[in-house]
Amino acid sequence: MLSADTWRRILREAEVLGVVQVNLTGGEPLLREDLETIVSEAHDLDLYTNLITAGLPLTYERLARLRDSGLASVQLSMQSAEEESCNWMAGATVYNRKRAAADWITDLGLPLTINVVLHRYNLHEILDIIHLAETLRAQRLELANVQYLGWALTNRAALLPDPCDLDQARALAEEAKARLAGTMDIVFVTPDYYTGVPRACMDGWGRRYIVVSPDGLVLPCHAAHTIPGLAMVSAIEYSLTQIWEQSELFNLFRGDGWMPDPCRTCSQRAVDYGGCRCQAFHLTGVAAATDPACQFSPNHALIEEAQIQARHPHESALLQPRLLKGVP
Amino acid sequence: MAIHEHSRPKLAAKARLRFDRREQRFMLLFPERGLLLNDTAIEVLQWCTGHCTIEMIVDILAAKHPALPYESISNDVVTFISRLQLRGLIKG
Repeated sequence: MLSADTWRRILREAEVLGVVQVNLTGGEPLLREDLETIVSEAHDLDLYTNLITAGLPLTYERLARLRDSGLASVQLSMQSAEEESCNWMAGATVYNRKRAAADWITDLGLPLTINVVLHRYNLHEILDIIHLAETLRAQRLELANVQYLGWALTNRAALLPDPCDLDQARALAEEAKARLAGTMDIVFVTPDYYTGVPRACMDGWGRRYIVVSPDGLVLPCHAAHTIPGLAMVSAIEYSLTQIWEQSELFNLFRGDGWMPDPCRTCSQRAVDYGGCRCQAFHLTGVAAATDPACQFSPNHALIEEAQIQARHPHESALLQPRLLKGVP
Repeated sequence: MAIHEHSRPKLAAKARLRFDRREQRFMLLFPERGLLLNDTAIEVLQWCTGHCTIEMIVDILAAKHPALPYESISNDVVTFISRLQLRGLIKG
């Protein structure tokens, strides 16, 4: 675990690099008792700070201190609008504590974003979820269909929804978005398994985002370290600017020089940036491969198989329990 | 609630103004997003404190830009603030 002084130095480097917003995430950032110091430094640097939390170790007093340290915004995860489902999905009794956390956040005048990871088990609840977010006075609701990496990839057969259900959910979200314009932003993220086009993952590798892991690794995305053979680099050894500009890792998939056909000459390459490298690796074994989510990928059949399975799910598809990493 | 001359626009709590040293420009930051602001935008936003009416803001700008017709300044201010209101970045 990095010290608070190290994080403060990293934040100063981030500001010099040109970063304007900071998402404090984890694991669970609230497990750090010195979080206020880190928030305070970010505030002194005039960075917009957003706390991403499951809300469980939160108290009203702690939240007030964080607000007074300069915290600008809080994002709270929620699995379901219904208590039993929520607790089942989280693997712990979380529902009431999350609801209490939401109230404290808004009572203290902090803008609340609710993030709901959507999949087959909660997609049908979308109206209830939107209604809950309204009740909790959220400013923003992220309805984020799960990305099929890690645990979600292992359990994809159970999680990937039927495309008709997805279309219906998206239509309902769009209606609510129009209805609530100016009051609550609603973002609905469709799984790339059904769009036929790759998502602009992280808005391009090493283009707009920089991730620093709890042990100081500097990454272009949260899952980059799962691709074997990449040269990892640490904020303990180098400055963020050095890493951003000069590291092999950050330059590896920048621009289009690395792209295979058909991406290299594709008219969309400046829109989707070639999709997700982690997904390309985990589905094809090659990190530089065309993202299979793209209809023009030679491996697109991998996605089509998953689509067919989703139309005829096995009732007994085993959902391996999610190892709680502190973020239910 | 539509913006009119007696509205008192106020920057939403979730939105923060930041002078970016690197860009040498003001930005409006809010969760997961940001807007680069031009000079006129800044001129208007600095008065969106919940105390000044639209009419007052237009008067201030008109005084600073005497060559521009009052009506066009007024239309621009209302359009600009309405757009931000639609995005939840301005209240009132």
